[in-house]
Amino acid sequence: MQRTIYREIKLTPQIIQLAVLLVVFILAAGGAELYIEEYGHIVTGMTNQIVWGLPHVFAIFLIVAASGALNVASIASVFGKSPYKPLARLSGLLALALLAGGLAVLVLDLGRPDRLIVAMTKYNFVSIFAWNIYLYTGFFAVVGIYLYVQMERGISPSVVKVVGTAAFLWRLALTTGTGSIFGWLVARDAYNSAIMAPLFIVMSFAFGLAVFILVVKSICGLTGRAFGARLLHRLGRLLGIFVAGVLFFVAVQHLTNLYSAQRIGVERFILLSGGIYTQLFWFGQVLIGGIIPLVLVYHPTGGAKPASILTASALVIIGGFAQLYVLIVGGQAYPLDIFPGFAASSSFFDGQINTYTPSLPEILLGLGGVALALALTGFGMKILRILPTTLSDVNVDPLNNSGKGA
Amino acid sequence: MSCSLKNGSELPALKFNKKPTEMGRREFMRSGAALATITLAPGVTLMAFGGKAEANANPATRWGLLVDTNKCTPDCDACVTACSTENGWKDTGHPETDAQWIRKVDLVDLATGRETSLPVMCQHCENPPCVDVCPTGASFKRADGIVLVDKHICIGCRYCMMACPYKARSFVHEPLTGQKSYAPRGIGTVESCTLCVHRVDSGRIPACVEACDAIGHRALIFGDMNDPESDIAKRLLAYPSLALRDDLGLNPGVRYTSL
Repeated sequence: MQRTIYREIKLTPQIIQLAVLLVVFILAAGGAELYIEEYGHIVTGMTNQIVWGLPHVFAIFLIVAASGALNVASIASVFGKSPYKPLARLSGLLALALLAGGLAVLVLDLGRPDRLIVAMTKYNFVSIFAWNIYLYTGFFAVVGIYLYVQMERGISPSVVKVVGTAAFLWRLALTTGTGSIFGWLVARDAYNSAIMAPLFIVMSFAFGLAVFILVVKSICGLTGRAFGARLLHRLGRLLGIFVAGVLFFVAVQHLTNLYSAQRIGVERFILLSGGIYTQLFWFGQVLIGGIIPLVLVYHPTGGAKPASILTASALVIIGGFAQLYVLIVGGQAYPLDIFPGFAASSSFFDGQINTYTPSLPEILLGLGGVALALALTGFGMKILRILPTTLSDVNVDPLNNSGKGA
Repeated sequence: MSCSLKNGSELPALKFNKKPTEMGRREFMRSGAALATITLAPGVTLMAFGGKAEANANPATRWGLLVDTNKCTPDCDACVTACSTENGWKDTGHPETDAQWIRKVDLVDLATGRETSLPVMCQHCENPPCVDVCPTGASFKRADGIVLVDKHICIGCRYCMMACPYKARSFVHEPLTGQKSYAPRGIGTVESCTLCVHRVDSGRIPACVEACDAIGHRALIFGDMNDPESDIAKRLLAYPSLALRDDLGLNPGVRYTSL
C-alpha cells in the first residue's frame, strides 16, 4: 500500500474542453438572467399560480445534493470508515461547489436579485427562509474549516473528527431547513408536513452520493487516476440504502396524506390524474429514480459492475429532478382549496389545475447552476490538493479483500 | 369625521387618526417615509409603505371588512374595477401573470348546488403566514391589522405567495409605468390589497367599499372591528359570519356572511 498522496489535477485537452463547455453554460445562464431581469418574469413559464418553477427545482436539487455530497467525508472522519478517507477532501469541495451553484440559481431567480444585500442585512427571524440564509452561509464556513483541517499538515485526527462532526450536524440542520421551507407551508395540502425535513435529509443522502460517484469517477477517468472497483461497489451499495430510504419516506408521506380526507384531492392528482406530474412521479421518481437503481446496485451478479453503479447514480439524479419537479411544481399545480365543499371559479384561476411550461431562460439558468457547481469543483481540484493520485482498492482498503461492508 | 355607509347610515368617527391631513414638506422630510421613497419610473416618485404607513396605525384599532354574500351578485365586479382604478393594476392581456388585488369568485355548493359570488382579497390576518415566512420582513402587519408589503425590501422571492392560503398576492411580472404615488408597485416585487391604506389613513373608506355602496349593493362593510359602536362590529355581533380557512387559526380581518 502506498501513502495517500493528494495532487492538483493537470489540465488535459479533455479537461480544457470540458471547462470551456461549462463556461459556455455559465455565460448562457448569465445571459438568461439578464434577459429575465430586463423583461421581467413574464419571459419565464412562472405565473401567479405557479410561483416557483424550474429554477427552484434546480436550485433545491443542488442545495440538497450539496449536503449529501458531504456524506463521504462524514463517513470517513465522523464514523471512522477509513476507505472513504481519501475521498473526504473532494466530498467537502463538491459540497461547497454544489451549494454555490444552487444558491446562484436561487438568487438569480429573485424578482430583485439586485437586492441581495437586503437579504443579507434584514432578517425576519420567524422565517425559515431567513434561517436558511444562516444555514447556507454557515455551511460554507464550517465545511471550509473542515477542508482546511483535512488539508493542513500536523492537525490531529481528533480535531478533524470534531470539525467533521460539526459539519455533519450542520448539514443535517441545513437539509432540515430546506425541507421545512415546504413542510411549514401550513396552507398547502401538498406540502404541510413534518415529514418534509427527514424526507429531504434522506433525499440529500441519495442525490449527493449519486452526484459524488459520477463526479469522482469522471475526474479519475479524465486525469488517469485509478478508481478501485471495490470502492465503487461499496459506494453503490451505500447509494442503494439511501435510495431505499427515499422510497420509504415517500411511501409514508403519501400514505399519511391518503388517510386524510382533506388531502385526498391532491393525492389523487399526484398519484392518479395529474398528467405529467403523475407520470413523473411513477416513472421518473419511483421507477427510474428508485426501483431500477435498487435493482442495479443489489443485483447478485451485475451489482458489482461499475457500469451498473454509474447507471444507477445517473438514474438517481434523474429521479431526483423528477421528484423535486413533482413536489415543487406539482404541489402548486393543484389549486388551493380556499372554499372546502364548494366548486370555485374566477378570473384568477381559482379551482383550476394550473399549467406550467418551463421557458428556455429558466432551463439555461438551472443548467448554469449545475455548470457553475462542476466548474467550481474542477477549479478547486486544479488549485488545491484535493484528489489522491490513486484510488485503487489496494490503496484505499487494503485490509478488506472481500469488499463488503459499507 | 364620519363615513357614509349603506342606507345613509354612518360609521362612527374613526378615532385613530386625529389629524390625517396632508403632511407638510418639513414633516415629510423628517419622517421615515423620506427614506422610504424610491423613484420607480421617470418622473414618478413613490412611497413604499415604509415607516410612515406603519406610524399611522393605531394599535387599538382592527380594521376589517364584512362581506355579505347575499348582496353580492355574480355579474357585478364594481369592487374589482374600483380597486384596479384606484391602485393602478390592470389587465394587460396576460391573465396568468397579471396582478389581481381583488377578484370575484363564483362558488357552487357541491352538496346543494347553491350558487354564491363573493370578492376575495388579502384577508389581513391577525397571524399572517406571509409575514411569518418573509425572509426580509418586507411583508408586515401594521398595528391596526392592515397587512402590507414594503416595496423597498421585498426581494421578490415569492415565498409569501406560497404561504398565503387565499391566493391573495400577485407578483409583478412586467415593467410598469404610470404607478399611483400612493399605491407603490414595482417589477419583481409582490403586492396585494392594502385595504386602501392611503384612504384609510386619511379617514376615507376603501375604494371597493365605496364602489359597492355607490351602485347600491352595499355588500361590503368596512370599519373598526374593535369599536363596539361601529357598524361592522354590531353586524358581526348580530349575525353569524365566518372567516375563510378558519381551520388555520389566522383570524382574518375579512369576514363573510351568508356563505
